[in-house]
Amino acid sequence: MLVNKKSTSFRIGLAIAAVMAALALIGYVWTPYDPAAITGSEKFLAPSLRHLFGTDNFGRDIFSRVMVGVGTTFFIALCTVLIGGTVGTLIGAFTGYYGGVVDEVLMRINDALTAFPNILLALVFIAMLGFGKYNVILALGVAFIPSFARVVRAEFARHRTMNYVKSARLMGASHLRIMFRHILPNTRGVVLPALIIGFNNAVLAEASMSYLGIGVAPPDVSLGYMLSESQSYMMKAPWYVLCTGLVIVLLILGVSMMGEGLRKGGS
Amino acid sequence: MLEIRDLHVRFHDADHEAVRGIDLTVADGEIMGLVGESGSGKTVTAMVISGLMPRRRADVSGQVLLDGRDLLALDAAQMRKRQGCAISVVFQEPMSAMNPVMRIGPQVEEALRVHTKLSHQERRERALQALRDVDLADAEAVYRKYPHQMSGGMLQRAMIAAAIISRPKLLLADEPTTALDVTIQAQILELLRRLNREMGMSILFISHNLNVVRKLCTQVAVMEKGRIVEAGTTERVFYDPQADYTKRLIAAIPMRKKLC
Repeated sequence: MLVNKKSTSFRIGLAIAAVMAALALIGYVWTPYDPAAITGSEKFLAPSLRHLFGTDNFGRDIFSRVMVGVGTTFFIALCTVLIGGTVGTLIGAFTGYYGGVVDEVLMRINDALTAFPNILLALVFIAMLGFGKYNVILALGVAFIPSFARVVRAEFARHRTMNYVKSARLMGASHLRIMFRHILPNTRGVVLPALIIGFNNAVLAEASMSYLGIGVAPPDVSLGYMLSESQSYMMKAPWYVLCTGLVIVLLILGVSMMGEGLRKGGS
Repeated sequence: MLEIRDLHVRFHDADHEAVRGIDLTVADGEIMGLVGESGSGKTVTAMVISGLMPRRRADVSGQVLLDGRDLLALDAAQMRKRQGCAISVVFQEPMSAMNPVMRIGPQVEEALRVHTKLSHQERRERALQALRDVDLADAEAVYRKYPHQMSGGMLQRAMIAAAIISRPKLLLADEPTTALDVTIQAQILELLRRLNREMGMSILFISHNLNVVRKLCTQVAVMEKGRIVEAGTTERVFYDPQADYTKRLIAAIPMRKKLC
């Protein structure tokens, strides 16, 4: 009911995102070549039938690496949204529903955190925790909490005075039950698009962090990491940067279009 | 059964009391009408009885006795046990009183879910029965519908079904017919009368519509500016009003033949 299935942008977005997800999933179990296998004689091969996206400076198959990289990026973005979304929803639900002093205090902290770019917050975490896939997830997840909390809070504050909430209370439903069984489903029209936008931001943030060298560390591969690696060989092997960049663009485009379709259908 | 003694309500942000010492008794199986203009304190009284009055925002004093227990002395958890079980409420706007993303069935069952340990199947049976009790013809279909797929009159019936599913002793009806058109109004009134007769449930019917009250209620209390200015049997109040305010209210009823 809330997803306008006829929305063209949702369909196209879903198709693109599905291809990306399929690439990632297949990449977990099978790649055409070993993504880490170094073949000295096959450096910088242009795209061909043997190597769809060509090979890189170590002679590794870029297509295989992209498949694995998309998987890592997908995984990081999903986990980030999961952490940020869950904790943010909990905080937003309680502050929005109850209001009062706790709400004021938490939201001012929230405002202060929002003043910093997500990447900067994540940087602080990485500085404390060190590099690696899981630390990136934790850092981004925490950095994403405020934005979700804000969206959810606004919705809960709007809904808590509505009549259906009063009805539920008059039937004896507890506050927790009202919050999560009655109000939460009503917020999905706003929260789902927010999650999708969050997913995109997480993809970009991961790419930026890996690009800056503070994200995923070898032997893990991510799209951002590949992008940063490829720019040194932009002239020599333009397909490297093009193919990697294109996949990031497609991933974000697909998910954005899904979000757009959801948002339009949900309103 | 319901006895209100010297109830006072003052909102913290107001400089006068919204309810200024009312006494009201609703006997078992009785339909009591509470009439008065907007702002006379009817709805505030209903909020206090139903337990919706936010204690942070208002001072409430007096007693609201339901079967001898003072509702005002109960804590939130004890009050919750009575909400939807001993006391149910039907609102004015059925459209907004229903959760837009929940199907009708689960909403009708809500009180059972909260108060009983019945199985899914038993709850469903009871909900379908309640929907039939309020004359919703195709209960199975209604059970699966979303609120936006139903008309206002049907929704109000579904709300009443949700209110009576736990067989409450007292049904608080706050202007339940105001948002409906006249033919549907008449049907809803007939339904309330029948439920009152068949289930022996007391009804406190709050309205500013005197015609409706006259048709439905056995007892009437008239509120003005937070006080009850007149109370008695419907017949007595309508044919022999004592208070000036009641006389003016009755004179203001639009009708073809003058009553008094």
